[in-house]
Amino acid sequence: MSDPLLQVRDLVVEFPTRRGTLTAVDKVSFDIAPGEVLGVVGESGAGKSLTGTAIINLLEPPGRIGGGEVILQGERIDNLPQEEMRKIRGKRIGMVFQDPLTSLNPLYTIGEQLTETIQTHMKLTDAAARIRAIELLSEVGIPAPESRIDAYPHQFSGGMRQRVVIALALAANPVLVLADEPTTALDVSVQAQIIALLKKTCAEHGAAVMLITHDMGVIAETADRVAVMYAGRIVEIGPVREVIKNAKHPYTDGLMASIPSLTHEAERLAQIEGSMPRLTAIPDGCAFHPRCPQAFDRCRRERPELLDADTTQAACWLYAKEEAVT
Amino acid sequence: MSQATAAATMGVNETPTSDPLIKIEGLTRYFDVSKPLLNRVIERVPRQLLRAVHDVNFSIHAGETFALVGESGCGKSTVARMVAGLIAPSAGSVSFEGVDRAAARSAAEERKIRRRFQMIFQDPFASLNPRWRVDRIISEPIRAFGLAQDKQEIDHQVGELLKVVKLDPADGAKFPHEFSGGQRQRIAIARALSNKPEFIICDEPTSALDVSVQAQILNLMRDLQDEFGLTYLFISHNLAVVRHMATRIGVMYLGKLVEDAPSRELFKDPRHPYTRMLLDAVPDIDMSGRARTPVKGEVPNPINPPSGCTFHPRCPFAFDRCRKEEPALLPVSENHFASCHAVAEGRIESLGAGVQE
Amino acid sequence: MTSGPETRAEFLSKPHGFTTRVLDSDILHSFKQSKLTMVAAFVTLAFIIGAAFAPWIAPHNPFDMASIDLMDSLLPPAWEEGGDSRFPLGTDDQGRDILSGILYGARASLAVGFASVLFAATLGITLGLAAGYLGGTFGTIVMRIADIQLTFPSILIALLIDGVVHGLFEGVSRADTAYWVLIVSIGLSFWVQYARTVRASTMVERNKEYVQAARLIGIPPGLIMLRHVLPNVMGPVLVIATINLAVAIILEATLSFLGVGMPSTQPSLGTLIDIGQDFLFSGEWWITIFPGFALAALVLAVNLLGDWLRDALNPKLR
Repeated sequence: MSDPLLQVRDLVVEFPTRRGTLTAVDKVSFDIAPGEVLGVVGESGAGKSLTGTAIINLLEPPGRIGGGEVILQGERIDNLPQEEMRKIRGKRIGMVFQDPLTSLNPLYTIGEQLTETIQTHMKLTDAAARIRAIELLSEVGIPAPESRIDAYPHQFSGGMRQRVVIALALAANPVLVLADEPTTALDVSVQAQIIALLKKTCAEHGAAVMLITHDMGVIAETADRVAVMYAGRIVEIGPVREVIKNAKHPYTDGLMASIPSLTHEAERLAQIEGSMPRLTAIPDGCAFHPRCPQAFDRCRRERPELLDADTTQAACWLYAKEEAVT
Repeated sequence: MSQATAAATMGVNETPTSDPLIKIEGLTRYFDVSKPLLNRVIERVPRQLLRAVHDVNFSIHAGETFALVGESGCGKSTVARMVAGLIAPSAGSVSFEGVDRAAARSAAEERKIRRRFQMIFQDPFASLNPRWRVDRIISEPIRAFGLAQDKQEIDHQVGELLKVVKLDPADGAKFPHEFSGGQRQRIAIARALSNKPEFIICDEPTSALDVSVQAQILNLMRDLQDEFGLTYLFISHNLAVVRHMATRIGVMYLGKLVEDAPSRELFKDPRHPYTRMLLDAVPDIDMSGRARTPVKGEVPNPINPPSGCTFHPRCPFAFDRCRKEEPALLPVSENHFASCHAVAEGRIESLGAGVQE
Repeated sequence: MTSGPETRAEFLSKPHGFTTRVLDSDILHSFKQSKLTMVAAFVTLAFIIGAAFAPWIAPHNPFDMASIDLMDSLLPPAWEEGGDSRFPLGTDDQGRDILSGILYGARASLAVGFASVLFAATLGITLGLAAGYLGGTFGTIVMRIADIQLTFPSILIALLIDGVVHGLFEGVSRADTAYWVLIVSIGLSFWVQYARTVRASTMVERNKEYVQAARLIGIPPGLIMLRHVLPNVMGPVLVIATINLAVAIILEATLSFLGVGMPSTQPSLGTLIDIGQDFLFSGEWWITIFPGFALAALVLAVNLLGDWLRDALNPKLR
């Protein structure tokens, strides 16, 4: 097996407040292989977006990395100075956010922004950069890119803007694209197109994708593997088909059952009682135990690490080896 | 069993023989999106109207859940707000038990109809006044309609309502910010039930919630429908949610109702090309590998909609007539309507029963 | 710093009662964090108490002709040569105690300041709420009036009103009308700020769903504005009011200094400075310097409070 492209080890994101430090991301570890699409899914407040922003070192103060390592292609990047990090963002890690307008400057044309990004990271003449920009635009499905390149962001529709952002993210041929809720602001019919585009173009550029979303459907369509987050921790990680169809962690299982289906009819939806704890009240032991139908004594006392659970890994004492149970 | 629940259990494919509870006829709404008068005079541009809703007709029988589904800008929320009486229609009418809401003769009559309506909103963080305690929020309709004699009776009713939505009666003393999104939506539902309405308009009631909480709220809403014999107008962009909740579904596109059918039939045999496209666009979460046609295009600007059938630029079946002539909502089978020339001319085949389960 | 059980326990034991909630609030916390704000609050409070209880605190009553002795006139402060310990900050040309004058003057300044802010806020909030909630032609007219109002400097408005009042009610002495003229003219020059702020927040709140929910059940617009919208637009108003108080005090002092404010029989801080300036060059500096210093301290303190309140109420800066 090839070396992982990105390694995240025991990443902690914390927020100091006057009542104490809140841990929003608690010892999260995962790898992304070159060219792989890793989905990170979770409900709001699970820490999935913070994990992403911590990796690219864009946490907003007072949030900060409280521990752990982020290793990109064998090089530790979580402790780099901002100046170094800025070179990595854009060049080696491309970014696509929920709102395309946060990635696009309204005062410059699409072409100006694309050629600037291209020239920052590659030695190209103005003319060559422009040609490359037009190529990128046509690659992401902008009709008539030769004329649209001189348009401003506001002259594009939401879906078209997100296409431009994808072009921008891929401009410097990054090895990893971080996509944080890239389709949440879009309608279903546009969402379907953007998912397909993101998957196709990243594959063509050989870029791995870290896709952060709350939508299991998007994950099912796009990801190779998926990490499910709950209360700042990864509770289950594994191949997407296994996690979706054959979830091992009681939370993932409950989550999947609670999604209404387009193909099956049900009198009632399965529901997980209660809601995810606030950061200020994360229970001891397994964070999910108060809502878990299968919780037992150990869950209340000890926090489970990710354990091998057949085809996936789940942070759940149900999968503790016999001899480990005391 | 109440009359309402009887109607609900009658089955969706039978034509209810009773009169509808709500009848929407020719409902139309324009929004003025013109520049200010001074700019219009100087720049010599005419007044600009946005056609948000155009000639929408449907009816809802007691005990039913009628869902309006469509993408943003299709006018579904505008319809909801007109039905609720929050904005006035430019044309058309909303009748409740055969009485036109706009034609209510007196303030008392108007109040009587109002008492039987309620609404659940999308954003539980904006739908509760942050400065009010929960008991005051829930009791506002009780006090507005004079449904309780004294403070003690109000407190009692609020306590009961909190229990109905599975919260603690002691929660009444707290402020909204002390609750999670799901709990706030329960508070909003308790408020909506407090004046004992028969008809509740639900405007994307779960789209601001996480999926596990969404399941709780949807289950609660169905339980309440059975318990109190409620009729719902359910607005959503999420087809799976709509399928779970609705007995009948209307699909909207650019301000028009393009298909109207019983829920089961719409999913089994969608006829309008837009409905089919919408269904194909939903991610395949079951990973069933069902055959899907890739979606193309985006919703056009409603200020300047395409001629004829507004869907024609994105429609694989579009032909000359679609570009020129606006199609009408016509029956395709009993109780199933679609507004599409190709369907009317028999060029779009029925998917038939048995294609999907 | 610790995370974990202690933090959780602290959070869970977060109190619910009103007093405890105030004591535990973020506002109070940010207050305690800022030494400067605490000093400013102390100074402001001292002025308010001194002004409110002036008749009991002040060593002399400067308006009681019987107690004034011309023999005591133009005495320097107590620590200067020739000073008298009965008059710690010296006396003016009529033998009035400067310290007592400042206390009574602050009384007049603060009274005019508070009353005019209250007047401006009431007028501005009412018009802003109505303009924002009802919108339409009414809203446009109110805001155009506000725009026109802004083109007049506040001193001009005050001079105008003063002139009109004295033109209308000839024979009425300035002493009787001074308070009201000041309150109305200062108030009128401030209402626009309130109206604009409140209108903007009202237009945001009006479209929120809790207002829709109230409209749905037929609550009349007036009640919706009062019960639902008003409590939710008051945050910024509080900040403006505090900062306005400082400006109102200065404006009052300016008008009094120009001679259209408080008469010398009921002097405010501005009047005292005006009286004192005649003596500045003849060596009796204390007559004008001490009231001037008091005015500066008061205004600075109130301004600092306003700045702090603005930051404390702004969630982005927290």
